[in-house]
Amino acid sequence: MSHISPVLWQYLVKWLTNFALFPPEASKIAPQMDALYFFIVLVSLVGLTIVILLVTSFSILYSKKRHPVAVQIEGSTLLEATWTIIPLGLFLVMFVWGALIYFRVYTPPANAMNIYVVGKQWMWKAEHPGGQHEINALHIPINRPIQLTLISQDVFHSFSIPAFRVKREAIPGRYTSVWFEATTPGTYHLFCTQYCGTEHSHMIGEVVALTPDDYKKWLASSTSGSSLAQNGERLFASLSCAACHNTKPDARGPSLVNVYGSKLRLSNGQTVIADDAYLREAILSPSQHITQGFAPIMPTYQGQISEEGVIALVEFIKNLNSDYRVQQTTTTTDLLPESEGKAASGGPAAAGQNPAGKGMVTQ
Amino acid sequence: MSSATIVNLPDQSTAKIPKMNYLSKENGLLSWLLTGDHKRIAILYLISISFFFFIGGALAGLIRLELLTPQSDLMATDTYNKIFSMHGIIMIFFFLVPSVPATLGNFFIPMMLGAKDLALPKINLLSWYLYVAAGILALYSMMTGGVDTGWTFTTPLSTHYVNTNVITTGIAIFIAGFSSIFTGLNFIVTIHKMRAPGMTWFRMPLFVWGHYATSILMILGTPVLAIALVLVVLERTVGIGVFDPAKGGDPLLFQHLFWFYSHPAVYIMILPGMGVISEVISTFSRKRVFGYTAVAFSSVAIAVFGFFVWAHHMFIMGISNYSVLIFSLLTMLVAVPSAIKIFNWAFTLYKGSITFETPMLYAFGFMGLFTIGGMTGVFLGTSGTDIHLTETYFIVAHFHFVMVGGMLMAFLAGLHFWWPKMTGRMYPEKISQLAALVTFIGFNLTFFPQFILGTLGMPRRYASYPPEFQVLNVFSTAGATILGVGYLLPVLYLTWSLKYGEIAGDNPWQATGLEWQTQSPPLTENFREIPIMDHEAYDYEWLERQKEKEVASVG
Repeated sequence: MSHISPVLWQYLVKWLTNFALFPPEASKIAPQMDALYFFIVLVSLVGLTIVILLVTSFSILYSKKRHPVAVQIEGSTLLEATWTIIPLGLFLVMFVWGALIYFRVYTPPANAMNIYVVGKQWMWKAEHPGGQHEINALHIPINRPIQLTLISQDVFHSFSIPAFRVKREAIPGRYTSVWFEATTPGTYHLFCTQYCGTEHSHMIGEVVALTPDDYKKWLASSTSGSSLAQNGERLFASLSCAACHNTKPDARGPSLVNVYGSKLRLSNGQTVIADDAYLREAILSPSQHITQGFAPIMPTYQGQISEEGVIALVEFIKNLNSDYRVQQTTTTTDLLPESEGKAASGGPAAAGQNPAGKGMVTQ
Repeated sequence: MSSATIVNLPDQSTAKIPKMNYLSKENGLLSWLLTGDHKRIAILYLISISFFFFIGGALAGLIRLELLTPQSDLMATDTYNKIFSMHGIIMIFFFLVPSVPATLGNFFIPMMLGAKDLALPKINLLSWYLYVAAGILALYSMMTGGVDTGWTFTTPLSTHYVNTNVITTGIAIFIAGFSSIFTGLNFIVTIHKMRAPGMTWFRMPLFVWGHYATSILMILGTPVLAIALVLVVLERTVGIGVFDPAKGGDPLLFQHLFWFYSHPAVYIMILPGMGVISEVISTFSRKRVFGYTAVAFSSVAIAVFGFFVWAHHMFIMGISNYSVLIFSLLTMLVAVPSAIKIFNWAFTLYKGSITFETPMLYAFGFMGLFTIGGMTGVFLGTSGTDIHLTETYFIVAHFHFVMVGGMLMAFLAGLHFWWPKMTGRMYPEKISQLAALVTFIGFNLTFFPQFILGTLGMPRRYASYPPEFQVLNVFSTAGATILGVGYLLPVLYLTWSLKYGEIAGDNPWQATGLEWQTQSPPLTENFREIPIMDHEAYDYEWLERQKEKEVASVG
């Protein structure tokens, strides 16, 4: 290779060492999805080989030179049934296998840690429960199920982490979710895969999977001092939500304590479960979501609160149970390395602070 | 001619192009622009779609050039976005949808049925004018700033967030849609009402069956696209709010409407191509298509199932998990008829007497590439793997394998196959075989690396990408260069052959279709007398008997 210019040679070497052929498998679902992927690859290769073998062998055996007169054949029901039923059977295996994986990817386990992600032209904003914000990055601990609740502030975006084999559309006006459990610490690509306008190809970032210890360090170093729910609480106060949504007997709005996850009867007779999506809708277009027994007097907050604001409010309402105060204190102090010991002993103190939690709502 | 080929040309020293034919009947531009002759309209279409194909192809070249390096350095991202959008719009609505039906279908369906023309010749001409008007409007919108929504016009991007020529482009596609509805309507009426005596449904060539299925898709699917586009235009101009969540609309609704057309549209694009392949494989193996009925019904099955799989484009969009189950299952079912066709074509070769002229080479290329394209569709129809592969280059590679590897190969197979009938002259065989080979190699080099890129996770529609994807992108761009040569060659030698090609005679391939039982180029009224179909389709023994009769009567 002496006659190749060393500059060119170096360039080639660099180029080829950068050459990727298969994405890393860095989540629990990745090997499962790859198993199915390679199964379909195998079936495709066998199918393609059969087609190529048939075409080439027939072309050789029955070329005009060797076989000057064609023998007319109608068809063969048996053969045709064979190549109907075998592909159908294989496709059905793929269908069932694929559906199992699909349901796994989009059914978050109950104990998953929820991170909110807002997509907007052209960035990803992540909102951690501890109040950490990130742009075009996502720090997560390994070996712990993480649920992402996604929403877009403008157009369709799609949150894709190839190394985890997960992807979910971020849709304007609606929460979607996906979950994963990272297995290998490292930095991975984060792409927006739904075309979203001018800077679509720059709507990228990195997902950093950290060991639990590193994750704790990261949480501590990027804490903003107050949790997401506390941000929501502040917003709740500044929008004067508590003027109506309090626990007084003559309150004009329903109490929000323990409302998350409960069944609500609406004034139109519908029964709904108060989940993230419901709470968001109820804040933005309240007139369509009136709890039975209350007057439709709540003004809309459409256009007044950003998606991040709504998320903070939802997170606040979600955590608004009798233990609210204590929990928030623990989530924020828990992060600080020096207070690790205190966090563990936070439990017993909970009972004593109960009234404070309630008091907040009735302030 | 050597014995290895079935080309059956008349003695070139005495042969002449028949004096009276559809080309020589009238002269002058007006005789073309006001013609009702389906053959002339087909030629008009052939010229116009080739024009758009090369515009779309040039845009594809620019895309590949930009992707040669990881940075977006050749053009601004906005320009890149406009270029891939226009590439998609032009190739799909102005090339692929009309390609085989409006040219080869227009020319040969009446002839295959033994009819003088399509049932509605003026509607046929109108459909070409609509196509041209739409094309000019699309070009105009491209020249005056272009459009950067992608060919999918996804809301709310297309309705609220871009300020490019969405409305003009939308109207252009709306008009082009009517052109395709008229073509479909014309074919359905013709196939029902204009068949020659004795031409029963199951004596029709499979090319006609493919077009029948296509026409159903065209007239049922295209109006839904028109509705979706009108709603986009109204949303942009008046703000009706159907797709606007702030006004209680649903942005996902657009995608349901759009894919309700655009999924069947991929069958609009591929079914006529499958029809071509059936004709070509049968002719060059001198054998009836294996399992004629199965192939005919598989076209219809694809058309019917094709309407119920649209949501497989939306598996990750937050539609209900259970509807994903249903659409994934139906997608698997629609894959089966395609598999049936591939195997039936392969077995048509069995005990045939095969020759390897250019159309046959393209048909072989089609079979290989369509098998890959079809199987990779199963990766995407399987809901689990779709999560990882959708919206990446895997999708891009998949549909280019089906649309370019499949449909374009089939179009070129058909164009070479019927060229002698359309022009009365042969294309040059050796160089066109070379072109078929170059196309095949260039195609694989361009699009195969994109499967790997997609598996790696490289998103589609990116002007820049992480550096570790570069090697594969360089392969792809190199392949595109070869592919470009492969597509330019036919333009050159086919044009050359118009003047210098050998005289073809009535039936150079010894094919059985009625279109071959008349002079080349045909008369304006196709046949001297209405033919009577007294045999099955692809009956090569009947053809032999006909030849013996001729020899007996002449001798």
